[in-house]
Amino acid sequence: MNTSKLGLDFKKVEEAKKISGKIALEVQKFVDNYSTVAVERTLCRLIGIDGVDANDVPLPNVVVNQIHENGVLGQGVLFYLGNAIIETGLNPQEIADKMAVGGLEITKLKINDNKKIQDTIYPYVEASVNRIRKNVQQRNEFLGTLGEGPKPYLYVIVATGNIYEDVIQAQAAARQGADIIAVIRTTGQSLLDYVPFGATTEGFGGTYATQENFRIMRSALDEVGQEVGKYIRLCNYCSGLCMPEIAAMGALERLDVMLNDALYGILFRDINPQRTIVDQYFSRIINGFAGVIINTGEDNYLTTADAFDEAHTVLASDLINEQLAKLAGMPEEQMGLGHAFEMTPDLENGFLYELAQAQMTREIFPNAPLKYMPPTKFMTGNIFRGQIQNALFNEISIWTGQGIQLLGMITEAVHTPFMSDRYLAIENAKYIFSNMKNIGDEVEFKKDGIIQLRAQKVLDDAFNLVSEIEKEGLFDALEKGMFADIKRSKTGGKGLAGVVAKSENYFNPFIGLMKGGKN
Amino acid sequence: MSGGLYSMDQRDFDQTLDLKKIKPYGDTMNDGKTQMSFTLPVPCNDEAIEAAKQLMKKMGFENSQVVYYKELTKGFTFFNCYGNCTHAIDFTSIHVQKVESTVMDMKETDEFIRENLGRKLVVVGASTGTDAHTVGIDAIMNMKGYAGHYGIERYEMFEALNMGAQVPNEEFIAKAIELKADALLVSQTVTQKDVHIKNLTELVEMMEAEGLRDKMLLICGGPRISHELAKELGYDAGFSMNSYADDVASYIAQEMNRRINNK
Repeated sequence: MNTSKLGLDFKKVEEAKKISGKIALEVQKFVDNYSTVAVERTLCRLIGIDGVDANDVPLPNVVVNQIHENGVLGQGVLFYLGNAIIETGLNPQEIADKMAVGGLEITKLKINDNKKIQDTIYPYVEASVNRIRKNVQQRNEFLGTLGEGPKPYLYVIVATGNIYEDVIQAQAAARQGADIIAVIRTTGQSLLDYVPFGATTEGFGGTYATQENFRIMRSALDEVGQEVGKYIRLCNYCSGLCMPEIAAMGALERLDVMLNDALYGILFRDINPQRTIVDQYFSRIINGFAGVIINTGEDNYLTTADAFDEAHTVLASDLINEQLAKLAGMPEEQMGLGHAFEMTPDLENGFLYELAQAQMTREIFPNAPLKYMPPTKFMTGNIFRGQIQNALFNEISIWTGQGIQLLGMITEAVHTPFMSDRYLAIENAKYIFSNMKNIGDEVEFKKDGIIQLRAQKVLDDAFNLVSEIEKEGLFDALEKGMFADIKRSKTGGKGLAGVVAKSENYFNPFIGLMKGGKN
Repeated sequence: MSGGLYSMDQRDFDQTLDLKKIKPYGDTMNDGKTQMSFTLPVPCNDEAIEAAKQLMKKMGFENSQVVYYKELTKGFTFFNCYGNCTHAIDFTSIHVQKVESTVMDMKETDEFIRENLGRKLVVVGASTGTDAHTVGIDAIMNMKGYAGHYGIERYEMFEALNMGAQVPNEEFIAKAIELKADALLVSQTVTQKDVHIKNLTELVEMMEAEGLRDKMLLICGGPRISHELAKELGYDAGFSMNSYADDVASYIAQEMNRRINNK
């Protein structure tokens, strides 16, 4: 990162990162003192509690709800489960089963010494960590033997609602050249305060994220990976009210990429800021340890705010998200920071501005597998123009070395993609990626030309914005509507009731084992 | 493809526009030219191409041409085709039952409200009764909207509250009174055993009992709701599939203008 094609001032970049680091640290001071129902359910899942009760309530919810209803969730679920193991001689799953039929009040048992409780639960923690470690090893093995596609990875979505139909679509996409398959979740799943159970065949605009669905798709992609001779990555969404639970499920079933962004949930799903920022911390620790590339959702800002005027908010948010991820022990190589090609097609020289911003993002985050999002806001039913918009987007991506190319679909804004839409998208990208492969090495930008000046201005504006946010604090900045023109209050939104302050007996050994603890 | 497509004998049809018998237009009146693409779940071979042609014939196309085909994945073949449509439509006899308003985009609706009503309109929405689906109400109300149509939350001239799913009618009405709502949006996705009809009817009856029915616009929506059904149940309007925030917001703005300003 020594020379900039854009004449960027890297001292300014460093300074912006320092300021963003302070913002993240301030947030972390809050996070360290709290847990949530979702974090506690995640711990249940990690130590092997799965299944549902007679009313289809997932057992992690059964366990956590019982403790929360007794007002003592601040002690942490592992404290009570460890204690219950000592008192009942049962394992965590058996304890949950018994709680589900109403035969066990876990908080009413005689309480043992905390050290003894921690020692009792530790083997389950270790087994879980080992299972995830094995998944990482297996992924690395696949990457070593099968290899992977060149960057930018071609990322496509499937979203039929039926996991078995998704498998057909996903395998087809892999055969056509896709590197990453994302299974879009059903509308509204991010607002469910539980994760549904089992294989599912019905959804609206997407398919439920369940551990069984993860398993089915993972095995289908491993199968087609062997056939096409490269490792196919699987992506899902750990955002919303079950953020860390889905991270855990993904780690256990070897998912490779996860949407994982509290800011997105706050702004676009009206999830309570305190809740989701606490959830995010643990989910990123898990994702970091599991070798999962996270994707952040800054691209969405530009669907509400103007893509030209508000470009600096995307960069500012990327800077903050990078620092929050760092605090969770995540390596830069797993930070798929988001940005997008969303300027109106009517804008003269829009391509130049988009090119400037994509190159700028590349230079500011040199090690991150940047997630580049296609045009959506100005996609219409005119699929023919849509194909051109997607082509321009692809040109910028190969030119500026983006990491993850979320392929635009000509039928964006019409329906979830047909098999043929995906084929046309992949064909478009492959054509351009090959035809323009080394353009970035060959072409330099005119000094103080439109492109250079645009990038410099966006950096300047982002610098000023993070400086302002540092004065206010992130939560207050969100209340003022600094991102995406949306205002969210610290106590508003969904899920606040699921936040608890940690009490004196609280412990979560996963944090120590996973954070920065490399495989 | 071959030049035969454009030979004179193929243009041996009446080339004057007749609104009682309209057809697709390619480059000559009544040529019926249509372009289409589809995928058949069969491997790519001569039989697949023949199948595509026969399918086009069944769909009512003559002179069908498969101009491009490609096996997308094992057992699925994609086709680009052209054909001459043999069907015609009597355009003069078409009547569409619809909500009486002009659809405006977000900006236009905001401006319309600013100019004609001069204040923000309050809209409360929910998926009521036992219905747990927020997909419909979210599509219309949430900031992000749906399919590229931003939700009512994003409009400057609407004060919008989305109460989410499984909202009892009592609570819904209580909130409407509290916020002095101008319009209520009810989403119903589940239609098993006509539960949506019962629930929608109950809401109307409760509002009438409270003397509220004439004070607020009452609008329902969902995949199985039509404007006709909504009217029948005593609602002011109903929106079905392929309706977006634009449609609903435009209607509210214009209907409020009609009611307040008699326009």
